[in-house]
Amino acid sequence: MAFRLATRRFAVSPQVFRRGMASVVETTKAEPLSTVSETLSASTQPTPSSKTSTKGEAAPDKDATIKTFHIYRWNPDEPSTKPKMQSYTLDLNKTGPMMLDALIRIKNEVDPTLTFRRSCREGICGSCAMNIDGVNTLACLCRINPDKKQEARIYPLPHTYVVKDLVPDLTQFYKQYKSIQPYLQRDTPAPDGREHRQSKEDRKKLDGMYECILCACCSTSCPSYWWNSEQYLGPAVLMQSYRWIADSRDEKTAQRKEMLNNSMSLYRCHTILNCSRTCPKGLNPALAIAEIKKSMAFT
Amino acid sequence: MALAQRTAQQSLRRLAVQTPAFKFTTPAAVAFGNAFVAQRRYAAATTVSALQAHDSILAKQRLNRPVAPHLGIYKPQITWYGSAFNRITGVALSGGMYLFGIGYLVAPALGWHLESSVIAASFAAWPVALKVFTKFAVAMPFVYHSLNGFRHLAWDTASLIENGMVQKTGWAVVGLSVVGALGLAVFV
Repeated sequence: MAFRLATRRFAVSPQVFRRGMASVVETTKAEPLSTVSETLSASTQPTPSSKTSTKGEAAPDKDATIKTFHIYRWNPDEPSTKPKMQSYTLDLNKTGPMMLDALIRIKNEVDPTLTFRRSCREGICGSCAMNIDGVNTLACLCRINPDKKQEARIYPLPHTYVVKDLVPDLTQFYKQYKSIQPYLQRDTPAPDGREHRQSKEDRKKLDGMYECILCACCSTSCPSYWWNSEQYLGPAVLMQSYRWIADSRDEKTAQRKEMLNNSMSLYRCHTILNCSRTCPKGLNPALAIAEIKKSMAFT
Repeated sequence: MALAQRTAQQSLRRLAVQTPAFKFTTPAAVAFGNAFVAQRRYAAATTVSALQAHDSILAKQRLNRPVAPHLGIYKPQITWYGSAFNRITGVALSGGMYLFGIGYLVAPALGWHLESSVIAASFAAWPVALKVFTKFAVAMPFVYHSLNGFRHLAWDTASLIENGMVQKTGWAVVGLSVVGALGLAVFV
């Protein structure tokens, strides 16, 4: 809360002291999303799992390795009910090695009302991004700790609006991605009239950026993005912005940089570096942001 | 008569200026204030489409959505704890400086004695343990904030920003600032 207050703009401040607004983010002033975020910036604390029931395996074996999973639950059909932490117990011997296996098994065999996104189960779609044991990651790439004394805690991506259980509302994230115009922009045709070529060295500059799957793990791990997601673009989107700035074939580099040249879009990055720490694909958004800042400073 | 005339006039105007305001007006039109003359509201005349109705359900649902837990559940890591500590120490140091500066400024008017000699004399009268503790409490934020500043300078040149180096330099700064603050507290 103290952080929120520290970063909040004063309601009445002279125009000269106001921060320049982001020029690229689509304004969402009339939408309920932003009106809610104005009044409800603090998270809704879930009822702790000690106060909820535990659901478990129907018929555990004698030599079962029972592990407890505490999972964040919230049902939009009962909007007045607070979010809660529901405990589930699973026999690890009957469960696959990954957290996603555990979630799917809970949904199939224990509680069919548990809701989460998943698709590829191999870390390429980014659907199952969630906060597992305090760190944002993909459930399908996160091994279950075999130590049964370590109880797993699973939350949706931090400081997102919860659609249901572990499903976050990523509308703003996608809007921001759209705002950086993530596609090749050129005015001049290719010299041979066929395709836009680039050297191997230029192509190499895109390594470590084009692999991003936009799972939003990094953006939602960033405290600065928690407090300023209305205007700050966040690490994932900024890295994609740099992916096009660094592309030798793109001719709108200057305009792309100009769009970021305000106090909110880019410079809300305070090099906290949670983003690179948490990336489940091992990419380095912090480096990309540092490169943008550097290129903006020395031009 | 007048009413009929006005109605006809209005509908003629509407036909003449069909451009939606804001989006496609020229800057000159905006500047001379005639861009927004033809804004119309269809509120009463239009029926809500199926899509809009769907949106309103979504909008209502969005109002109820809770914010997922963040600060309280995110794992303590040197990255964001170090950053938070950097900000807190910065605020404490600059805030302390401003407070003392203002205090020094108004001291003659209020009859306070904040001269260096008076502060030094009263500090000398304190017990040793309290002296060392106070000096450590002041030196720690100072040393931490200064050393962490070098990390930020390095990061701004896009170096030392890999996960491994960030953790190493982070803990190195924590260790060095404890050592440095102890040194300042005991020997200076």
